[in-house]
Amino acid sequence: MSLDKATVASIANLARIKVPDDRLEAMVGDLNAILGFVEQLDEVDTTGVEPLASVTGHSLPQREDAVTDGGYQARVTANAPESVHGFYVVPKVVE
Amino acid sequence: MSDLLDLTLAEARKKLAAKDISSTELTRAYIARMEATAALNAYITTTPDKALQMAEQADARLAKGEAGALEGIPLAIKDLFCTEGVLTTAASHILDGFIPPYESTVTTNLWQAGAVLLGKTNLDEFAMGSSNGTSYYGPVENPWRSTDEPDKKLVPGGSSGGSAAVVAARSALAATGTDTGGSIRQPASFSGIVGMKPTYGRCSRWGIVAFASSLDQAGPMARTVEDAAIMLQAMAGHDPKDSTSAPEPMADLTASLDQGVKGMRIGVPAEYRVDGMPEEINKAWQQGIDWLKAEGAEIVDISLPHTKYALPTYYIIAPAEASSNLARYDGVRYGLRVDGGSLAEMYANTRAEGFGEEVRRRVLIGTYVLSAGYYDAYYLKAQKVRALLRRDFDQAFEKVDAILTPTAPSDAFAIGENEDDPVKMYLNDVFTVPASLAGLPGISVPAGLSERGLPLGLQVLGRMFDEGSVVRVGRALERAADFRAVAAMVREG
Repeated sequence: MSLDKATVASIANLARIKVPDDRLEAMVGDLNAILGFVEQLDEVDTTGVEPLASVTGHSLPQREDAVTDGGYQARVTANAPESVHGFYVVPKVVE
Repeated sequence: MSDLLDLTLAEARKKLAAKDISSTELTRAYIARMEATAALNAYITTTPDKALQMAEQADARLAKGEAGALEGIPLAIKDLFCTEGVLTTAASHILDGFIPPYESTVTTNLWQAGAVLLGKTNLDEFAMGSSNGTSYYGPVENPWRSTDEPDKKLVPGGSSGGSAAVVAARSALAATGTDTGGSIRQPASFSGIVGMKPTYGRCSRWGIVAFASSLDQAGPMARTVEDAAIMLQAMAGHDPKDSTSAPEPMADLTASLDQGVKGMRIGVPAEYRVDGMPEEINKAWQQGIDWLKAEGAEIVDISLPHTKYALPTYYIIAPAEASSNLARYDGVRYGLRVDGGSLAEMYANTRAEGFGEEVRRRVLIGTYVLSAGYYDAYYLKAQKVRALLRRDFDQAFEKVDAILTPTAPSDAFAIGENEDDPVKMYLNDVFTVPASLAGLPGISVPAGLSERGLPLGLQVLGRMFDEGSVVRVGRALERAADFRAVAAMVREG
């Protein structure tokens, strides 16, 4: 499968990464080279194979549903590009 | 160059315990060396004041007889580990100015063992790369130069290139690395040092900037197998804050270190003889096989039939997980923000400017393979082939106790080489990626020099959670290889 400019532009929108029009062509080439490489997997017969998502063989541990950490609003927001009164500030989203 | 810098971690530990040297002396020697080797660009941040403070505290504990396993040992930390109060960048523009308000579990373990922080090392951006060439902070130079083109600057490998370079240049006694597809082992091979990736789950991932969560694993980079074993022992351990952290404690690695390989069965996989591999890599591999045979190991030919599909599998799974992990860089909570007319535009502008080219590529590939309609064809398919790769290893380990392969298909290449073609760069990890996908522990040990005088590593892989066999075989190779070569800049001080 080969990607075209429109598809790459739509992926870039999904990924929230601006790709300027003059860079789109080069990105299409790069992504198609990578996809061409990974499509070798089509040769492998995977009928009846269970997908492997985790290698550890452990089931995920569970713990009591209790607050064990937190309560440091100032430290959490200390790295924000913009924060006011312990909250993050973003561009206006509701007109 | 101070003689103190020639001590291995194990030797320094003895001298510190015997009070022949102090941590402050040792740390001062490393700080001077960091300054003298600054041109390598191996550190993004150095923390000399903090180092001296920590050394002083270590000396106090040594004096009181309260020394930890790494008391007073000066270490470098890959700049992917969050360090409280110390800039942490992942070598990305998007984390500009990020000062973590918390410490990663692995580094917490190291400081609790008494280690001293020298600084944070350079890496490929978000650990995505095999040359350290994708760093926002510029490439790292390998301390080694080739005999045929001594003026050419070489890469230290990647992504843990800074960590490899500082250990090879003697500007840290040892360093942490992280390995997602070979990022500890390949730079260790390129830089003539030992690098070990433990079993997935051995070291907590908590507080390590995430790349591909089902693959990422921290490990030590050091001068000897023993040093790596000592350091890994301090780094590893169960952590409730990482749900994939292994509950079983790791056996004492230093105890099995010198048991030798007599009677061990060592597998040699036919599929690792890839087309176009330089003859000297084959030769180094054969040498390793001969050494282990001479030490009494039984060499067994094995087959890992899906090996050639490991890289394509990796280049679906790793970007997919990365695209999800890197969604958090949105210009709101930390790091860079580039304004836009709306919230969506601010996100898109921030991520376009904040991520470098390779990271943008991988996030886009990952977004595509996870998107509706393509998920089954790419991501699910890759997870199925991953199961087959794992089965190959499971079947091999019914017949053998460990596997011996080359670490990388070449010696160190020049800075700027292989950069025109992403897929060509990916091929660097052809021998390291399969074990990453299977979650297995592996080590790279320097085995000799290439025809142009550059280090070549051999890789030992073990069963899940069997780091003991990995260091045992690694130590046997190290003893046989007796690799004493150092980079010219170390020889000349």
